[in-house]
Formats: sequence, structure tokens, C-alpha cells
Amino acid sequence: MKYQPVIGLEVHVQLLTDTKIFCGCSTKFGSEPNSQTCPVCLGLPGALPVLNKKVVEFAIKAGLSTNCSITPRSIFARKNYFYPDLPKGYQISQFEDPICQWGWLDIKVDDGETKRIRITRIHMEEDAGKLVHGELSGRDDGSGVDLNRACTPLLEVVSEPDLRSSDEAVSYLKQLHQIVTWLGICDGNMEEGSFRCDANVSVMPVGSSTFGTRAEIKNVNSFKFVKQAIEYEIQRQIDLIEDGGTVVQETRLFDPNSGTTRSMRSKEEAHDYRYFPDPDLVPLVISDQWVERSRRELPELPEQRQQRFMNELGLPLYDAEVLTASRALADYFEAGVAAGGNAKTVGNWIMGEITRALNDTGTPIESCPVSPGQLAELLQLIDNSTISGKIAKTVFDEMWKSGKAPQTIVEDQGLVQVSDSGAIESIINGIMAANAGQVEDYRGGKEKVFGFFVGQVMKASKGKANPAVVNELLLNKLKG
Amino acid sequence: MNIFDMTIHALHAALKGKRVSSVEATTAMLERISSVEPQVGSFITVTPEQALAAAAAADQRIARGDCDLLTGIPLAIKDIFLTEGVRTTCGSRILDNFIPPYSATSWEMLRGCGAVLLGKLNQDEFAMGSSNESSAYGTTRNPWNTDYIPGGSSGGSAAAVAASEAVATLGTDTGGSIRQPASHCGCVGLKPTYGRVSRYGVIAYASSLDQVGPLTRDVADCATMLGAIAGHDHKDSTSVDTPVPDYSSSLTHGVKGLKIGLPKEYFISGLDADVQVAMDAAIETYRRLGAEFVDVSLPHTDYAVATYYLIATAEASSNLARYDGVRFGHRAEAEGLLEMYTKSRSEGFGVEVKRRIMLGTYALSSGYYDAYYVKAQKVRTLIMNDFTTAFADVDVMLTPVAPTAAFKIGEKVNDPLQMYLSDIFTIPVNLAGTCAMSLPAGFSAAGLPIGLQLIGKPFGEETILQAGYAFEQATEWHTRKATI
Repeated sequence: MKYQPVIGLEVHVQLLTDTKIFCGCSTKFGSEPNSQTCPVCLGLPGALPVLNKKVVEFAIKAGLSTNCSITPRSIFARKNYFYPDLPKGYQISQFEDPICQWGWLDIKVDDGETKRIRITRIHMEEDAGKLVHGELSGRDDGSGVDLNRACTPLLEVVSEPDLRSSDEAVSYLKQLHQIVTWLGICDGNMEEGSFRCDANVSVMPVGSSTFGTRAEIKNVNSFKFVKQAIEYEIQRQIDLIEDGGTVVQETRLFDPNSGTTRSMRSKEEAHDYRYFPDPDLVPLVISDQWVERSRRELPELPEQRQQRFMNELGLPLYDAEVLTASRALADYFEAGVAAGGNAKTVGNWIMGEITRALNDTGTPIESCPVSPGQLAELLQLIDNSTISGKIAKTVFDEMWKSGKAPQTIVEDQGLVQVSDSGAIESIINGIMAANAGQVEDYRGGKEKVFGFFVGQVMKASKGKANPAVVNELLLNKLKG
Repeated sequence: MNIFDMTIHALHAALKGKRVSSVEATTAMLERISSVEPQVGSFITVTPEQALAAAAAADQRIARGDCDLLTGIPLAIKDIFLTEGVRTTCGSRILDNFIPPYSATSWEMLRGCGAVLLGKLNQDEFAMGSSNESSAYGTTRNPWNTDYIPGGSSGGSAAAVAASEAVATLGTDTGGSIRQPASHCGCVGLKPTYGRVSRYGVIAYASSLDQVGPLTRDVADCATMLGAIAGHDHKDSTSVDTPVPDYSSSLTHGVKGLKIGLPKEYFISGLDADVQVAMDAAIETYRRLGAEFVDVSLPHTDYAVATYYLIATAEASSNLARYDGVRFGHRAEAEGLLEMYTKSRSEGFGVEVKRRIMLGTYALSSGYYDAYYVKAQKVRTLIMNDFTTAFADVDVMLTPVAPTAAFKIGEKVNDPLQMYLSDIFTIPVNLAGTCAMSLPAGFSAAGLPIGLQLIGKPFGEETILQAGYAFEQATEWHTRKATI
């Protein structure tokens, strides 16, 4: 029998606010344990939460960018369970009436088609702290609690079970990742857990309209692992059914070392979270004006920017996609064009030389040592025949290393292209005299040796001879 | 007159007139505490050294001519308020060793005025109780007759005022916890409108109902205390940003033409005869003063106690989850995490607290949530609507505070339902979120005080203080002292 996988994703997005969601403590990563805490995030008796407005603004931006409706009156709820990293014994989250609802993303599937994936909801919540095992407590068997991360703001983005393959899941996840990093509301660091995902996976016979029993897979923290975990889980469920077994509803943990999932807790062991509205927080009322203001403040999103690059700057689809991989990259490209570069050429250089140099040195585009203005200047030197495309690459390497302007490098190193026909002609004469045999060959019909002469001339001119002039003069001379 | 019997306004005049110093007044209070505490047991913690240091600082402030109404006045507060560096137990063993790193906003405001803290007052554990019998630190006794309960949960706050162990005190009121003990101990107690006073730094019992308020010897002191603690606090999202009136300056406006509602559901046939007599006399007094009476109805009163015991316990079950032995408070020796949780909480919490945690957990559980918690919220809305409707016709409402005067220690301790019903007239006010005050209005045949409740519109504290003041001027009940 053939099976159809059905997948829904729950993505946790850690927000890039300076302070926590319900107190004024810093959200900085990697500080001394418990150094960024106060009565509120320690859950001390008597402490009360106060909502960070920035979190709401970020949530609205995320909602608008994923085609959600913004809930005019949303409610915070308590999710009750005991765990040492959860100081209050409950997590403040949203349950009924989350801030964003009923959105969607159009993802790209094979053959360039798009598919609409519905987003059920986006809600705001606080993160928990984390447990530190071992030496910290001074006992081998001891464990410590670090509450620096407690109360850090998160968005949870929940999709409908509209995804039908691991590739679709990854495509959806990448697009969501691109949007939240593009908006600047999340650093997107999956290894540090700033963007993490749980996957609900089930399978059903092809043609069926009834979903199978789902398993929830936790702890998948890279695109590669998402694909691996979903594929493993699909196969596990199919094998189970084929062997006459049944899939049970449970939470499973992905193990990145083995690439497998294993049972964490069954439905019977699932918590009863006893959600109820948090009486310490008043309902969050968001006016139409607030939503409209946020809408106006939204940056141009990747999709829109791709379209504009294609329609206004004449880029092909592939270039437009690559150049909108991140907002910083797209900004770099546009700055290069604005500084006078030809769009297609600027794009080629970014996708070629610049990407290569960035990758080789592990530099993010934001810290690229060659500014978009400098890149445009370099390209102008090619356009006005001051240097050749080949020399330009040498100049670029020097710019990357020294940060100097291209004009300065060209002048300092004497790299100005030689277009003077007299100078080039004398080089050609010398080379033809020294290679009389090849001249005869050419004239006898072996036109392939033409390349040999070009190479010799360029070599003799240290690459500075204008290739167009060289070609023209050589052709005339050789034909005699 | 003994210094320890003085009101805030009398002691303020004496301090300002340099007839007495705050150190002298504080010393007198501390001596009074030493002499009557063995019989009353109002305090969990007395802080003599800090008190005398604060009094000395207040005296310097007064010497500079900076003498606020509360500067140098020795006060005590319920042990539910966090006090930086001073142990705060909330009447529970689970917080026996808890020394807070910060103070409640309401106490900070009093301290900012120069008030002196004598210590922390006894209460029912986590404010859950109507008799002070659920405290882990012994039952406070009623200063009028020590065989009787002082009421609860702010029993220590009421008894301390009645026994002259503090000039005034702070309590909290979730279902009557200020008004009922004030009534039983013969003092004035006011529960402000929800949101009028910050809850920051007050240990939460039921967050949507809890409110801070004063217990005092008379209405003028009550106005002074309320004026000092009321106001918006950016640390409490439920505190309301409306201006705080000058409660003291409008006290003498009188009640001529004031429309007072008598909710028929509160004057039931089973009402204690002594209480009925006191209410009849109070109505007569107000009539004489020129007030008009209107019969009103609060039709959902019968459901208030049940509604309260679903909402309050649901919130409490969640609020008390943080007492897990991990970061502060009592931690039991245990092998693993689950055992540590179970043992710490089993040992740390008393029987009434456990009962309410279980009730609330049940009310919120999957499959029961709609039938209990959601339904209770709907009934709460109906009760609020009752009050809105009634207040369309009247300015204040007059009711008894409790169905009877104080009962004997041990009398209801094994019958929680009877105990819960003693708050039947106070609970609806918390559910409606409005304000109400208890003031002395008579005595039972056994010589125990009986309180009168004035219920105001939301943020109508000024009106009930005026009405209370007029009553006080026309009667002598508040001048009687317990003979302890």
C-alpha cells in the first residue's frame, strides 16, 4: 500500500528584544548563570508580570508578514506544570485568543509551483530557564538551575497539517526563518535554539481523507535534522502499520546522533496543563490604528523584493531569489545598484566573487570589507575600460585585504589598462618576430594559434593590455 | 491617654507638636506588644531594632519640619506583604525561612511617608481562612474575649488594632479578609476597589480578587492610610491609573440626601438577632442623619460563595505552584525530584491550603474546566451586573459584614462549609471588584463587636468614607476599647 504523510509544524521563535517579556532583565546570551534575573523572572512570591510592548510589536509584524489576522483583544493564559526550570510552576503563554490567527505562507514546491500552507495561530509566551548538571552544584549528582533565559520572549508559530513531505516541511521552515530574520525580530540561530521546531507527523493510505494518529517530534534544531527526523518518523510509522501494528499518540524525541526518534511520553502520561486566563495580566487590546501603523512600518518582504528586482531591475528569477536570501544581502545589492552599478553585473559579482570571499573567510555580508559603493566603483573601472575584467579580480582581492578604494589600488600598482594601439602594436611585433613558425601556421589556416598570440601579448603586458584592442590589432597583423 | 491607644491623627498632632517623639511612641507600642502578646498572638515577627531605628530617623525628619501624617507612626502589616530583609511567612511553614530581597509597593509607600514598622502580623495560611486558625504560627485570639476567633484571614491585623499593639495595620481582602476580622474585633477595615492599590509584593492567594487595605481605629485614620497606599503602580498591570482623591478633606460632607440601598438578599430571616438589632439601629441612625433608604436586589447572591470557591481556589492552585522547594522556602530531604516536590509541599502546606489547592486543581482540570471554572466566571459576571444594576439607583449599600459576631476558637474548624459561609456577605463585593468598609456598629449579647458594611461603587471609596465618618460621629461604638 502507498502512504501519504501529513505534517504540521510548531516553530518557536526567540525574539530579539533587549529585555525579557514580563520584566526589565536583559536577554543577552551567555552571561554568568542567574546574573540576569529579578523577582519577576525568579518567580518570587508577590512578583507580577508586566508585558513588554516591543514583544507585541514584533508579534504583530510576524503576523502581518504571514498573512494572519491580528486579534483585537487577545488573552494571556497560564500553562501549569512542575519542572525545576519553570520558576512559577506555570508558563505564561496564550491559549484561547492568541495575538495572530488564520495566516498562510505560499511555499515553493518542485517544478516552480507554489503551495499554500495555512498558519493556525501565532502566540506570545515566555521561555523557561535551563538545567545545568554536574559540577555546578559541587556534587557529582547535583543539578543547578540557570534562570537567565527564563522569561525570554518567544513566538510560537503553529501551522495546519498542510505539509505532505519532508521537503515541503523544510521549504516552509526556511521561508518562515527567512521572514523572521528579515523582519529583524529573531537572529535565526538554530544551534543556540533561537529558532526551533517540533513536528507533528502522521501517515494515511493514499486517497484517504482521514488522518492517521500523529506523533509529535521534539528537539529538531536544524533544517537537516527536520528532514531527517520527519523521514525517519514516516518510515517508522509505515513499517509499524505494515507489520500489523498501530501508531500511538505520543511525544517522541529526535536523536541527531542516530538520526532516529524515540518515545518520550505517551498520551496517557501527557500533562493536563490546566490552562486558564492569567489574572495578573489584563486583556491585550490592539487597535486598528496600531495594526495599520505596524503595517506601514513593515519592510518590503522577500517575495515583494524578488518581484521588484525582476520587474524593475530586470534580474532573472534565479538571481532575484539568491539576492533576497537575506535582507542584508538584498540591501547590499541595492546599495551597489544605487551607487551606479549595472544591476546584472552587480548581482553577478555578489553571487560570484563576494559570496566566495565571504564563505572562504566566514564573514557575514553585514561585515563585508568591500562596501557596495566600492564595488560599484570597481565595476565602473571595467565599464570605462580603465581595467579589464581579469585585472578587476586582482583589484577586488586587494580591496578585500586592504579596504582601499579600487581607483587607488589601480593607480598604486599601475594596473591601468593599456589601450594605446602604438604600445600594443610594438609588443605584437616583438612576439610575431620571436614566433615566426606560429605566424606561418596561422597563415596556413591553423586559426587556433590565435589564442596563443593573445596569451603572449597579455603576458608581455602583465595583463594590462586592453583585450579588445589586442584582438583587433592581432587579427590585422596576422592576416598580414 | 496611653500613647498606644492613640489614633493616627491624635499621635500625628502630638508628634508635630513635639509633645512626644516617634521613639517614645514606638517604645510604648513595643512595651504594649510585650505585655499583651502572650494573650493575643497578633504577631508572627516583631522587629524592635528596625522599628526604633526607623523611629529615630522619623524624629530627625520631624525635627526638620517634614512631618507627613504618617511620619513616625508605628504600624504593623500582615505577614503577606514582602518586607526586604524581614522574614515573610504568609502564615505558612513553607516560607518559614523566607527573607525577601524586595518590599511590597504598598509598604514602600507607607515607609516613604516615614511610617515605622513594628512587625509582621499573624494570618490564616496564605490568607485562606476566616478565623486565623489555619496559621502555622498559632491562632490569634480576639482581644475582646480570648476564647473567640479574631476573624480572618487578616486576624492579626484586626486584633493588633483592637489590642492597641499598633496604631493602624495593613491587611488583604480576597473574600472578606479585612472586613470580617475588622467586624469581629471592633475596628474599621476597608477593602478598596480592585486595582486601587498595588498588589506588587503581596503574596498572591487569588489574583483576580486580592486587594490591599487598612485596618484602623476610626474612619479618619482609614482615609489617611488609604490615601497613602492608593495609586497606580507600573509593576502591577491590574492597578488602575485613576487619580487618588483627597479622602481626608471630604470626610465631613455628611449623608443628607445620600441614597442607601438595602439588598434584600442580605437581610434573610436566619440572620443572627444581635446582628439584626445592630443593623436596625444603624439604619435608624442614618435616617436621622438625612439619608434615604431604597430596597434593592442582588439576585445572584446565593451563588456567590460557590462561585468564589471555584475561582479563588483555581487561581490559588496555580499561584501556589511556585512553592516547590527549588529556589526558596522549605525543601524536604529527598532522593529524587518528584519526592522532593511531594515531601516539601506535603510538609510545608497546612490542611486548608492543601484542600484549596486540590479544589482548584480539580476545577481547572481537563473535562471539568467548562463545568466549573468557566461557569463560575459566567456567574461572576452576573454578580457584577447585579451590583451595576443596584448602583444605578443608590449611592452606597448597607449590609451586615458577617451573619454572626465572632465564634469560638475550634467551633467551625472541622466544618469547612460552615466556615466558608461566614463570608457570605463579603464575598460578593470581591467578585464584583468594588469597594466596601466595615465599621463598628454594636455588640452581641456576649459582648463581642458587630460590624456594619458599607458597599460603594467602583472607585467610590470617598463616598463610603464620608458615610462611615457621619455614622461614627453619631455613634460611640468606635470609642469602646477591648479590656485586655
